[in-house]
Amino acid sequence: MKSWKTFCMQSKRVRILWMVCGGILLCLLIGLLSLCLGTIYFSPAKVIRLFLGAGERIERSILLYARLPRTLAALFSGAALAVSGAVLQTVLGNRLASPGIIGVNAGAGLGVTLCLAAGTFSGLAISCAAFLGSLITVFLIFLFSYRTGAKKTTVILGGVALNSIWNAIAESVTVLDPEVGALSIDFRVGGFSAVSYARLLPAMLLISLALAAIFTLCNELDVVALGEETALSLGMAVKKYRLIFLALAALLSGAAVSFAGLLGFVGLIVPHFVRRFSGNESRRLLPLSAFFGAGFVTFCDAISRLLFAPYELPVGILMSVIGGPVFFLMLIKSRRGMD
Amino acid sequence: MIEIDNVFAGYGKYEVLHGVNLLVPTGKITTLIGANGSGKSTLLKALLHFLPLTGGEIRVGGVSINKFSRTDLAKKIAYLPQSKTVPDITAQRLVLHGRFPYLNYPRKYRREDIAIAREAMEQMEILEFSDRLMAELSGGIRQKVYIAMALAQQAEIIVMDEPTTYLDIGQQVKFSKLVHQLSEKGKTLLLVLHDLPLALRLSDQIAAICDGKISAAGTPAQILESGIIQKLYGVTVRFVELASGIQYFYD
Repeated sequence: MKSWKTFCMQSKRVRILWMVCGGILLCLLIGLLSLCLGTIYFSPAKVIRLFLGAGERIERSILLYARLPRTLAALFSGAALAVSGAVLQTVLGNRLASPGIIGVNAGAGLGVTLCLAAGTFSGLAISCAAFLGSLITVFLIFLFSYRTGAKKTTVILGGVALNSIWNAIAESVTVLDPEVGALSIDFRVGGFSAVSYARLLPAMLLISLALAAIFTLCNELDVVALGEETALSLGMAVKKYRLIFLALAALLSGAAVSFAGLLGFVGLIVPHFVRRFSGNESRRLLPLSAFFGAGFVTFCDAISRLLFAPYELPVGILMSVIGGPVFFLMLIKSRRGMD
Repeated sequence: MIEIDNVFAGYGKYEVLHGVNLLVPTGKITTLIGANGSGKSTLLKALLHFLPLTGGEIRVGGVSINKFSRTDLAKKIAYLPQSKTVPDITAQRLVLHGRFPYLNYPRKYRREDIAIAREAMEQMEILEFSDRLMAELSGGIRQKVYIAMALAQQAEIIVMDEPTTYLDIGQQVKFSKLVHQLSEKGKTLLLVLHDLPLALRLSDQIAAICDGKISAAGTPAQILESGIIQKLYGVTVRFVELASGIQYFYD
């Protein structure tokens, strides 16, 4: 029999290390693919040469001002939405919770729509508005579940109701103000065609900070999942930590939505997929969700650019086409007691 | 020593404890008995500061529990709740979370914590289940994992709410031995048990709760003589003295 130390110190560390290295490699490869693909194809060697300052000026501009922000946007939004989904699933104790389903993304979307309607277009203001929208949604869901003692399914249904309300308000604003409607079409579908550094950089900073905080608090997240009484008996201020995790999840999805729009299913599918081989311990689940989420969104974005080239399919549509059937499969498996 | 002094507590407007007084001596095994809904679990929750007291005071080592931070209280009192979730993590990870109150920056468990968790698992004879998910384990093994987690907490006081639930007879005997060993090591144990013969065999002191008040407290012999068991449950417990010790049974 293997000793405890073999299990606890070596085997798992090595496994986690392999998984993390694999995840980083996957993101690098898909990121490189995303930089290469487009109306004009760049070979990987050319991409490196262009980064080093060689090549034609127009090609460098395409790489640095179109493909690089787009790739960074896909990587960061994928990581943020996947980790946000994993955290929400743990804190709300429901595997079907995700920012897209319980209205967190819609809340962020409403925040952005209202921000645009107010005539504010700065990247930081839009990020803040998206964060506020998602934060308010998360706290409303938390209050609803806490005050009513609602069952897990009821919490999800409450989130779905909130999703409808936010979408209805956002639609009303866009109908009443056609200019906002025109500006937010891309946003509502979800995609990276209009992404710019001005909008991306503040959100990237927020996402990096939130991810660093969440990765540091992996043990706390696992203890929250043990249930209120056990967590309290282990000395955890459960309510405080729940609020911290919900705020961080809202920050992640709000920041991602502020530049990527309403991307669905990432926060649901990626943690589910990763759990199958990483298990449920947050120290493995969260970093791997980040890598796979980043890889998944970037890959879908690359495909969406190629599928009907030279026309571009918004990545949000492609992800919904993939996500919808996968979600159905999950529901069917869950009903059979397989999940 | 735990001093429970005229404690009132409950859930919102619904008061369950109506002036509970009890002394739990250091290094002894104290068991709470009482009918369902009498306030046993509520008293444990009040002691662990899960519920605010609406009256009275609870002191641990002479210090009011209000003065302890949640982390410091967790270092003093380990708790095995009655109903527990089945987390999607391995048994070893769950036991390791018993070291959570001692977690410092960078918020990672140290080698020392891992060694203590291993010792607790060895003590509960569950080392072979280390890498198994909690959901894959039987109810009895899960219970032992939770007890190991409480042991890993290395608290002076161990509070267990119906710890023998899911344990078969053999495991219950082993559990009794473990409780005695812990008591001999100076740990203070406060248990809630529904199994009266086990409570009578195991305890140094028994406190009977009825309608949110302590209706009797004393040694098992004193409790038997008081007739409180007949009053609480409508049954009589008798005993015979055998070479292996006193055996209790329902009449």
